Amino acid sequence: MLWAALLLPRLGLDALARSAPDADPHMQNLALISRDQARPLIVDAMPRLRAAGVRRGQTLAAAQALCPQLKTALHDPAQEQKLRELVAAWAYGYSSQVSLREDGAVLIEIGGSLGLFGPWAQLERRWRAELNALGVSHRLAVAPTALGALALARAHDGALVGNPATLRQALDALPIAHARFDALVVDALHGMGLSRLREVYALPRAGLIRRFGAALVDCLDRLSGAAPDPLSLYRPPDRFHARMEFDHEIESSEALRFPLRRLIDDLCAFLASRDGGVQQFDLVLEHDPLQFKQLAPTRLTVGLQSPQREARSVFDLCVLRLQASTVPAPVRAFGIVAAHLPPFVPRARDLFDKTGGSQLDWPALADRLRNRLGPEAVYALAAADDPRPEHAWRKREAGPAPTSVRRPGLRPSWLLRRPLPLRNEPARILAGPERIEAGWWDGGDLRRDYYVIETREGQRAWAFRGIQGEASWLLHGWFA
Amino acid sequence: MAVFALISNPSIADVLRDPRIWRGAANDYAVPFVPSGHAALDEALPHRGWTQGAMTEILFAIDGIGELDLVLPALAALTRQRLHVVFVAPPYLPYAPALLARDIDLGYLHCVETPSDVEALWAAEQCLRSGVCAAVLCWPRQASDRALRRLQVAAEFGNALGFAFRGTTAATNPSPAATRVRLQMDEGTRVRILKCRGANPPARSIPLRSAAARVG
Repeated sequence: MLWAALLLPRLGLDALARSAPDADPHMQNLALISRDQARPLIVDAMPRLRAAGVRRGQTLAAAQALCPQLKTALHDPAQEQKLRELVAAWAYGYSSQVSLREDGAVLIEIGGSLGLFGPWAQLERRWRAELNALGVSHRLAVAPTALGALALARAHDGALVGNPATLRQALDALPIAHARFDALVVDALHGMGLSRLREVYALPRAGLIRRFGAALVDCLDRLSGAAPDPLSLYRPPDRFHARMEFDHEIESSEALRFPLRRLIDDLCAFLASRDGGVQQFDLVLEHDPLQFKQLAPTRLTVGLQSPQREARSVFDLCVLRLQASTVPAPVRAFGIVAAHLPPFVPRARDLFDKTGGSQLDWPALADRLRNRLGPEAVYALAAADDPRPEHAWRKREAGPAPTSVRRPGLRPSWLLRRPLPLRNEPARILAGPERIEAGWWDGGDLRRDYYVIETREGQRAWAFRGIQGEASWLLHGWFA
Repeated sequence: MAVFALISNPSIADVLRDPRIWRGAANDYAVPFVPSGHAALDEALPHRGWTQGAMTEILFAIDGIGELDLVLPALAALTRQRLHVVFVAPPYLPYAPALLARDIDLGYLHCVETPSDVEALWAAEQCLRSGVCAAVLCWPRQASDRALRRLQVAAEFGNALGFAFRGTTAATNPSPAATRVRLQMDEGTRVRILKCRGANPPARSIPLRSAAARVG
């Protein structure tokens, strides 16, 4: 076993920064404050503020005194949890053993993953690049035990201990606080004059158990790998939901592009991690709850012909969908809900594809058309075995055509949606009559004599009369 | 000249196709094309068929004079090769039994319905540009010169056959299409080539559909 510990020290601020446009100048001076109305405390602050002396746990008043240009935002644990789950879902793409700790760290077993993803140095580069792309600040360390990796990550970002034999040496040098024992225990150990883990390990076990209980010894054993460390493992959820709130009203779909890109990137990272795709999801546009009380959020369904997870094409489809729809009121929050996540089947491409440079195939093109023109706009045709002309064809989904057996007589290439009276008597009758008398079984009864006729202008048409020899002609198709 | 005497009744096109004759810049043999399926028409068109990667305009005054017959053989050949053909906003229902009878593989024929002419132009451009569709048929009404130029560029980009069916009133306006033909009624339907890129249009029209006494 080899564990990577991923610390997420700035999760709250990261979550905020992700929902803000890149060039927001206020972000530099942002501090998160607790929801305590009377005496708000600093929860976290941007690097520039920390450099000015703003610390976690300070009162807001004290922080403002240190740094007058400080801007505040309320700490939102739910938002933080969302981001943590996103990181866990991302990590799940690299390992089936991922554990989420209560303090916000993510533990990932990578011993089994290195064979696939290459040596740790390579994997680390890749992880850091991907985490930066997700907008998550992080610290990473690797050790043979999960707790050991955690303790090392707190001490040195990027620490690597690959060998159980050298783990003890690495742990020995760490300050006691990094092991995250119970706070009272840490105080007591400090009170005994101990500062490094080496000194704790040197103490007799029996004495430690007597003084601090079995928990501390157990913790020391799990740190060093002397005792197994069972972890509850993360399972990715089967639905995806992400949401962004805006502090102003958005009235154009152009302005939704940035949040949309973020949400789609998250969705696709999530999909890649569970090796799935998305076939249908909703864009949810929420309106100001005070101003438009009666207005339910606008839901725009984006459908794809086959499961996909390529961020670019999914994004393009969403943009089309947004452009094609009208939203009744300005938007205050924007979200994506994907309830149905089918398995993903990568598209196979012919090596000798003659169409060359194209990036699309028919399903992708059909998706693009449907998202702008509506789900019913694109269809294929099939012949149906029904003698009635109106029922001898039907719309269907694209794909191999069902083989029709019946070959009726001469039929026009254009059919009118409903028969129209023929303006002038036909100049000539070219074929017919062909009597069609059918439909008594479903109430759509018709009795007609069909003729191929030529009009005075030379047009070839398909027209019919009633079988009782009625004089009026009805036009039903063109031999175009 | 003895050489010509050996060829029975040579047309100038036959002579020019002789590989021993070098014609300077006109390397039109490299132009990809799809045979129209009408032998006389192929003969008259400089590329022996519909030019791929370009728009072809078909001008006709009234329905039912063979405007679809003109292109159906080519479409049948394309769908048989498993290439996609799209009807964008057709004026009537393409009737599946008739298309089957014309040997079209319905698995590769698609229809797109659009709420407006503007959307139809958009959809046609998307299909042409995608490189997915071998042929795209559209019926632009009152399309501006700019819109047609966009279609032409899209057809070039996606290397597709683009067919624009328009009224004969459009014949007087210049067009960016590579090929323009007009259907005329004169003892049946005849095709007149108004413009064909790469050659002068032939002076004579070509019979498409004879005035038959009986059909079927």
